[in-house]
Amino acid sequence: MDKKRLVELLRPYLMILPAMVGIFTFVVYPIMYLGYLSLYDYNLMNKAKSKFIGLDNFIEIFSRGDFYKSLTNTALYTAGVVLVTLLISLVIAVWLSKNSKFNAFVQAGIFMPHIVSIVSIALVWLWMMEPSLGFLNYLLKAVGMQPLQWLQSSKTALMSIIIVSVWQGIGYYVLIIVAALQSISPSIYEAAALDNANKFKVFYKITLPMISPQLFFILVIMTIGSFKVFDTVKVMTSGGPNNATNTLVYYIYEHRTTNIGYASATGMVLLVIIALLTFVYFRLLSKRVHYQ
Amino acid sequence: MASIELLHVTKTFDKQTVIKDLNLTIEDGKFTVLVGPSGCGKTTLLRMIAGLDPQSSGSVLINGKDVTKTPPGKRGVAMVFQNYAIYPTMSVRENIEFGLKNNGVSRTERIELVESISSTVGLFDYLDRKPSTLSGGQRQRVALARAMVKKPSVFLMDEPLSNLDAKLRVQMRIELIELHKKLGTTFVYVTHDQVEAMSMADTIVLMNKGEIQQEAAPEIMYRKPSNVFTAQFIGVPPMNIGRLQEGEVQYGFRPESAQLSSSPRDALFTAKGTIVTREMLGSETIYQIKSGEQAFMIKCTEDLYKVDEEVYISVSEDKLHFFGPDEVRLDEKSSDHTHHLEQLRGMCRG
Repeated sequence: MDKKRLVELLRPYLMILPAMVGIFTFVVYPIMYLGYLSLYDYNLMNKAKSKFIGLDNFIEIFSRGDFYKSLTNTALYTAGVVLVTLLISLVIAVWLSKNSKFNAFVQAGIFMPHIVSIVSIALVWLWMMEPSLGFLNYLLKAVGMQPLQWLQSSKTALMSIIIVSVWQGIGYYVLIIVAALQSISPSIYEAAALDNANKFKVFYKITLPMISPQLFFILVIMTIGSFKVFDTVKVMTSGGPNNATNTLVYYIYEHRTTNIGYASATGMVLLVIIALLTFVYFRLLSKRVHYQ
Repeated sequence: MASIELLHVTKTFDKQTVIKDLNLTIEDGKFTVLVGPSGCGKTTLLRMIAGLDPQSSGSVLINGKDVTKTPPGKRGVAMVFQNYAIYPTMSVRENIEFGLKNNGVSRTERIELVESISSTVGLFDYLDRKPSTLSGGQRQRVALARAMVKKPSVFLMDEPLSNLDAKLRVQMRIELIELHKKLGTTFVYVTHDQVEAMSMADTIVLMNKGEIQQEAAPEIMYRKPSNVFTAQFIGVPPMNIGRLQEGEVQYGFRPESAQLSSSPRDALFTAKGTIVTREMLGSETIYQIKSGEQAFMIKCTEDLYKVDEEVYISVSEDKLHFFGPDEVRLDEKSSDHTHHLEQLRGMCRG
């Protein structure tokens, strides 16, 4: 009898055990280990020479100029990518929200970059942005505008990377917004027409609130994703010129061999920043998001 | 208040003509019900009046003014949708005042209107709630309040009760009749339910396949159906229809017009048959009686017979209707009518 009760008691824990093993191995343990490393002056060659140094790594992070430089770059990059992508996706989605063959074709076209590897995309754009022979400057010259240095000037490099990321991401977000727009019942728009609402009012009083859950989701996902940008930077600029495109993750990557403890500490800082940002979003915006 | 005129209107969707050259006048201040089977074009007609799906050709006049080029919001009409079409992101108050805001009504006037209308429909305590927290009946009232608050000259309703449960539907039916009496505006109401049409309408417009079958008051529609379709659409169970022996002409009588007896009686129409089914509804009993090839539905106020019993059906002369070869009803004063009566009498004796 007692044995039966014990089985009853343990059954739920047994059921979730496989999932928990996975989560512990691949999520909890790496984060703990990251935290552990961040407290050491870690020696990769000889583990015995590693030294516990407490919060010294963190103190160093916050006293170094190059960290602030990459933090600012990451923040600018994130703000640029999130705002521009949201805005353009919204405009394109509204344009494509009517179900027609032409729209489906355009939508498929816009989605294409999303299924191509970012490394290939970055390489192609690298050539297109080449200052003397690249396609973009050819276009600028053709319409009589001043050619740009693109990735080779610290003034335009970050902007160039933002352009590539936006171009790659739009299709996916357009898809989400189009689906959201199409799920709005047409009779609501008819009711609004009978209520004598103009187009502008219909958009910001009905359409926007109706798709707010999806927009909020995109905002959070894209902010987190942009803060972790790495591959575009690695392929296109390697953080240059003059650290103009050095972002947090690339900064961590740069220190991976020279000082793994310091890199881990930066990783912990990144984790906290993203967590804080997400928390702030939920606090500020959750009241404005309408869930059905 | 306004009358509505539809002049030679045609509506085509993707090369398919739903309504062809239709003329209809809806009187000012009347409760008009457009009724018919699904796909008959009644909703199309309503949306045409609202301006949501403008007619392909012809013209719509509201109060004598051609509104063909007037957008829906400026026609002075309000509509209640089948699925209510309440703005889910807005509170009940915002829902009701959205139209007023768009029409530039001042804030103080808006508050006054919203509060008086919401107490009329019993929503005053719910003004700051979101629609998702309301019941089906309450949402229906929000939709009604939203329409009423604009003080429209025409109320359009597209099957507004079809999403409610049976009991609430009966209650709302009475409330709508009272509302019409109180407001005195033109109501145009679309339904596929002939009971709703009969109970609420001043005038019923019965449609089938994009054409008007009959346009009359409920009692006329019931007593003098203009053709076989009308006779069978209006009334539960529908009118019994049979063919005269030699061909095209059909006769008919209402289920409650027949008498049942266990021995033959003398009447113009008589038939002997067996009871196949019996539906006991409380105040009345409906029998299905099979007589040869023909089946008749008979409604009795008494519950005297059982299934499989043999009974005699008798219908008196004044309760019989005849429909010509084109399925149109023959007037009871016409010579054709008398002629067919004799034919039917012969058929029953023979």
